[in-house]
Amino acid sequence: MSVLVIAEHDNASIKGATLNTVTAAQKLDSDVVVLVAGTACGAAAEQAQKISGVSKVILADAQCYEHQLAENVAALVTELASGYSHILAPATTTGKNLLPRVGALVDSQMISDVIGVESADTFTRPIYAGNVIAKVQSSDAIKVMTVRATAFDPASAEGGSAALETADAAHDQGISSFAGEELAESDRPELTSARIVISGGRGMQNGENFNLLYSLADKLGAAVGASRAAVDAGFVPNDMQVGQTGKIVAPELYIAVGISGAIQHLAGMKDSKVIVAINKDEEAPIFQVADYGLVADLFEAVPELDKLLG
Amino acid sequence: MKILVPIKRVVDYNVKVRPKGDGSDVDLANVKMSMNPFCEIAVEEAVRLKEAGKATEIVVVSIGPAKAQEQIRAAMAIGADRGILVQTDENLEPLAIAKCLKAIYEKESPELVILGKQSIDGDNNQTGQMFAALAGLPQGTFASKVEVTDAGVNVTREIDGGLQTVALKLPAVVTTDLRLNEPRYASLPNIMKAKKKPMDTMSLEDLGVDATPRVKLLSVAPPPERKGGIKVASVEELVEKLKNEAKVVS
Ligand SMILES: Cc1cc2nc3c(=O)[nH]c(=O)nc-3n(C[C@H](O)[C@H](O)[C@H](O)COP(=O)(O)OP(=O)(O)OC[C@H]3O[C@@H](n4cnc5c(N)ncnc54)[C@H](O)[C@@H]3O)c2cc1C
Ligand SMILES: Nc1ncnc2c1ncn2[C@@H]1O[C@H](COP(=O)(O)O)[C@@H](O)[C@H]1O
Repeated sequence: MSVLVIAEHDNASIKGATLNTVTAAQKLDSDVVVLVAGTACGAAAEQAQKISGVSKVILADAQCYEHQLAENVAALVTELASGYSHILAPATTTGKNLLPRVGALVDSQMISDVIGVESADTFTRPIYAGNVIAKVQSSDAIKVMTVRATAFDPASAEGGSAALETADAAHDQGISSFAGEELAESDRPELTSARIVISGGRGMQNGENFNLLYSLADKLGAAVGASRAAVDAGFVPNDMQVGQTGKIVAPELYIAVGISGAIQHLAGMKDSKVIVAINKDEEAPIFQVADYGLVADLFEAVPELDKLLG
Repeated sequence: MKILVPIKRVVDYNVKVRPKGDGSDVDLANVKMSMNPFCEIAVEEAVRLKEAGKATEIVVVSIGPAKAQEQIRAAMAIGADRGILVQTDENLEPLAIAKCLKAIYEKESPELVILGKQSIDGDNNQTGQMFAALAGLPQGTFASKVEVTDAGVNVTREIDGGLQTVALKLPAVVTTDLRLNEPRYASLPNIMKAKKKPMDTMSLEDLGVDATPRVKLLSVAPPPERKGGIKVASVEELVEKLKNEAKVVS
């Protein structure tokens, strides 16, 4: 049997998390098929063909897949499902929106946020905000799962030469439509794949003060994240939230500035290689996970750090 | 418009859960239980739609132990009109919950079903999408804004790159994100009033749902411990360590 990976893309190019998902798929079976469903997404499909270890790419190009509406894409995936032992997608908001729908339609109890593949039916995943790792075994004929990108290395984006097949069916369910979007624009690296992440919390006091972090981030080539408190207070937009219910990051260096270290925040960053915490409260729980803790006022420490690293 | 709000009884979000000594499951003996935070947001949103004159009745449903009545009463104290407890001591998987919800949906015929996006115990983030699929309904997941229009409902969704708005035909399914609203505290009179609101109890058999588990929990373990770090005395020392010891900046 083969493994089907649902590619994450914006019609023009494949998103990084797809590469990590291909690596997880390769641990299940050597025959890895990637589905690229979208509109005018030929360029993305071509990129998928080059991913190392992919044997076939299925291109489904129809208007109704343009914005990855779950209603339509799930119907397509369900039609393709019978040929596969496993169906995987990255555990991004797109994958999380789509895959449970597929699971229900193929009558499979999906497994969310897989961080380890023990065998073809046994997986590990975090539960309770990452305080516990569960090992679970699925008895479903088709195993449906989202994959946490930070737990798997990315497959090489080059070197593959997968065959291309097209799927013609346009499964427009006619019950939902795209009405608009506001995408955050940034020249900084993407939060989930950046080598360095600097995050600010409630201690930043307001949105303007985040400029201190942006300046440092630009010197280090880092992405900027935030705690939920900082997002809720309106300092920064929601797509910057790191944590149990935000984004999961595991960069080489994570710098937490003015963040107390609630379990829900730790759930999103404690697998980072090196953690630095800057906080004026020496009792802050963030120091329990920090490799290097600096008890200091951030408004003095961050500008100084900026100067010394500049 | 009738709104159905499924709510879950879960361990309180302040509790740090640990595995049992034998690693068979998590230790939930004597821990505080509450309504899942995302479900509270779902109830609050339904109540706001009713207060705005868009909704006429709010029915909450919980599938769980007898004690889940506490959470149903809590939802009624926020403003739900009626409750349904599907009583079971089994810990059902999201697919089985979705099947129960479909059976209730068929009985109740609500026009909007509002769920939480994720339960904070299993961190599944599945039930709303699964129920929508089984019932053939459109879904607006991870909602930060819900607007009922003449044509249906517009849902603004929190996605990785920012925000996306989808237009859904009714009946529709919405799952809530944290920023949709801030749930109110129930007042004492409303808590008293909630005690008198109607609540039905039924069983999985009544709903005709086969809830046989598909996924077996083999073991649980704590996550890898981080080695304790050090405190540095100054920014200079921090930079020195990052450059020469951790070698993560140059
Ligand atoms: C269901 C649920 C899901 C959640 N999901 C998430 C999530 O995904 N991500 C997340 O982050 N949170 C999440 N939370 C919220 C979480 O519980 C915390 O409330 C939040 O992480 C706190 O953010 P904070 O550390 O920025 O704020 P606070 O806890 O208020 O901490 C601010 C810190 O800044 C420090 N500080 C203040 N001024 C200065 C200064 N001048 N210099 C240095 N330090 C200073 C203070 O000492 C303090 O430690 C969730 C909560 C719930 C209930
Ligand atoms: N046992 C349950 N009873 C009622 N609603 C539930 C139950 N389990 C999950 N839900 C609903 O589904 C949402 C998402 O849960 P989950 O898919 O488990 O992350 C919750 O916020 C609830 O709204």
